[in-house]
Amino acid sequence: MGWNRKVLRVNLTAGTCTPEPLNMAWANDYLGSRGLASKYLVEEIDPKVDPLSPDNKMIMSTGPLTGTMASTGGRYTVVTKGALTNAIACSNSGGFFGAEMKFAGWDMIIFEGRSPRPVYLYVENDKAELRDATQLWGKTCWETEAAIKKSHQDPLIRVSSIGAAGENQVLFACIVNDLHRAAGRSGVGAVMGSKNLKAVALRGTRGFSGIKDFPAFLAATTAAKKVLAENAVTGQGLPKYGTQVLMNVINEIGALPTRNHRDVQFEEAGRISAEAMHEKRPTDGRTHLVSNAACFGCTIACGRISRIDETHFSVRNSPQYWGASGGLEYEAAWALGAANGVGDLEALQYANLLCNEHGMDPISFGATVGAAMELYDLGILSSEQIGLDARFGSAEALCKLAEMTARGEGFGRELGQGSARMCAKYGRPELSMSVKSQEFPAYDSRGIQGMGLTYATSNRGACHLRSYTVASEVLGIPVKTDPLVTEGKAELVKAFQDATGVFDAAGICVFTSFAWTLADVQPQVQAACDGDWSMDKLNEVGERIWNLERQFNLAAGFTAADDDLPPRLKTEAARTGPAKGLVNGIDKMRPEYYKVRGWDANGVPEKATLERLGL
Amino acid sequence: MQKSLHIDPSKCTGCLQCEMACSYEHTGAINPSRSRIKVFDFEHEGRKVPYTCTQCADAWCMNACPVDAIVLDALTGAKVVKEANCVGCKVCTIACPFGTVNYLAEVGKVQKCDLCSGDPKCASACPTGAITYVDAEWTGLDRMRAWAARTNTAAVAA
Repeated sequence: MGWNRKVLRVNLTAGTCTPEPLNMAWANDYLGSRGLASKYLVEEIDPKVDPLSPDNKMIMSTGPLTGTMASTGGRYTVVTKGALTNAIACSNSGGFFGAEMKFAGWDMIIFEGRSPRPVYLYVENDKAELRDATQLWGKTCWETEAAIKKSHQDPLIRVSSIGAAGENQVLFACIVNDLHRAAGRSGVGAVMGSKNLKAVALRGTRGFSGIKDFPAFLAATTAAKKVLAENAVTGQGLPKYGTQVLMNVINEIGALPTRNHRDVQFEEAGRISAEAMHEKRPTDGRTHLVSNAACFGCTIACGRISRIDETHFSVRNSPQYWGASGGLEYEAAWALGAANGVGDLEALQYANLLCNEHGMDPISFGATVGAAMELYDLGILSSEQIGLDARFGSAEALCKLAEMTARGEGFGRELGQGSARMCAKYGRPELSMSVKSQEFPAYDSRGIQGMGLTYATSNRGACHLRSYTVASEVLGIPVKTDPLVTEGKAELVKAFQDATGVFDAAGICVFTSFAWTLADVQPQVQAACDGDWSMDKLNEVGERIWNLERQFNLAAGFTAADDDLPPRLKTEAARTGPAKGLVNGIDKMRPEYYKVRGWDANGVPEKATLERLGL
Repeated sequence: MQKSLHIDPSKCTGCLQCEMACSYEHTGAINPSRSRIKVFDFEHEGRKVPYTCTQCADAWCMNACPVDAIVLDALTGAKVVKEANCVGCKVCTIACPFGTVNYLAEVGKVQKCDLCSGDPKCASACPTGAITYVDAEWTGLDRMRAWAARTNTAAVAA
């Protein structure tokens, strides 16, 4: 138990929906969600496939704790070959969509082929059918959700959809569920768009009754919730300030990438911080932040619900944006703000709303704008080419470029290719702040050395959610390490990578790991699932997931040369802050890491490693 | 002492732990669609509001039922549906001014909050204290205390 043991296979080419039993041998090796869906993908597609071709597949998957009382047990994962990265993509989202899949009786939905016309999948418990989406094509994620609920006369349907960005194959398009939660990274929305799949609408009234030992499960989840409630980060910091609590912290330690990583501290960080979201605006006397919100089952509730300033230039004439809606999280506030030198909170919120509405990853979008602003600053791009004055710090440029990218207008089309392709086109590939063509998130690896190794070796391209060593290097969780040194970071990164794989595979949120270790997760998994889920087993599952993803990427054509950082981070020292004078020591950490992983000097897993993990 | 569910929407984050607990207690499955307490999300106002039966003393549903399938639980004050008696006529769902009695097509009966025989699972599952189970005669006690605290009289020794 722990699973529904049921997979829905949707062949978009043939227009068929077929149930099949979940492969329980694989569930036993990979647990669920990220791990299990990756196993299915690896078994079913050629790693060299064009991500936007019908031969790529896209899998939406829950984990055994999704749709249960386990705190944060509402996550689902989209696994596919990424449009932005050409690497294995695995984007995780909260909200309520994942739990609904479980309540409808499914663990996983596999999409294959390409529909000849726009369709959406409608699932009501056992019933699954593809429906015409011609009328929905071109609509925003918000309009799509409302239209589907209206046409089925059912306000309780949960919807994941793509907006214009996914339809137009913006390479960092995301899949948005529940209005402002997203499977955000690596271009999973572009893959969905390439399949002519506009949305997935779920309604589950069967519920989930597959917990193996319910009294033990209730005891384990209750104890684990207590740990979250009593922890300063998950019990107080995140509910009050959201992830945005990091803005001032990371700026102070000199690791807030600013103006396309030219700087590591942003002089206007305070204006776009969590604290600023709590302050009353001079214009209307209201605070930007309205309330905090939880995803399904979450007892942390870090989500921000914000209300934009109606008098701001971006929305003055657009009342549709005046209501409360998904607000800025740390990553979005950084990417739309510091990465471009923009310190206008309301402009950031407007760009964030557009990302939610049209289905774009705000990290990659914001960072790509940052790269374009640098090209403009260097005189490589002119205002005629871009269509506006794109100087660093321009809130007007940020807002306009968000509109242009979402709608595929003018220079927005070039931004929609991501920074790696855009910078290469203009002869300056080194100015793309990315790994495997995916833009960095909000931590500068000169000020937090471990994050350099995290980014360089992440299987889905630059990403903080594969091994969040910030927890250790900055916050001292679970133990404090020095952010300015490379020593010990190889072991640290491996440990975080393997543990994170288990959190993801279980169907819970990685933010719980501010308070939980695997020892808090283990009793919950053990009580929910059949079989042995000891600590040793879970650690092995995490390592197995990592190596499986690695093998896919190697087969797709990636090599050790792709486990690297842009030259800026290796040659241009931080100019201010505690890391002043430092570059990232990736070349020192990489070989150490390969060794710790049981990989050879070329980053290929040794035979003994693969055998030990049963790969 | 009779107790009553007391809901403070300003504390609700919309996590649905209450809906999970309620549905598990009554159906043996984690199934929010069968929960007798529902959390409403007023998305564009940023407000979440849990809502369920208030257990009216002179209950419309109980008075309307033609087959006496809704009875008083003398211990808790809850109005409880006797499933064996319910014929699924839905008159109670029409009579209830608040919409908190609902018809289940699957079984042809109605369902409503029964206060879990005096240990409401929604209240114990709520992580923020938005749902509590308190003395029915003093549901306003916390609000009174808050206002009382705002008086400006100084403490004086006798």
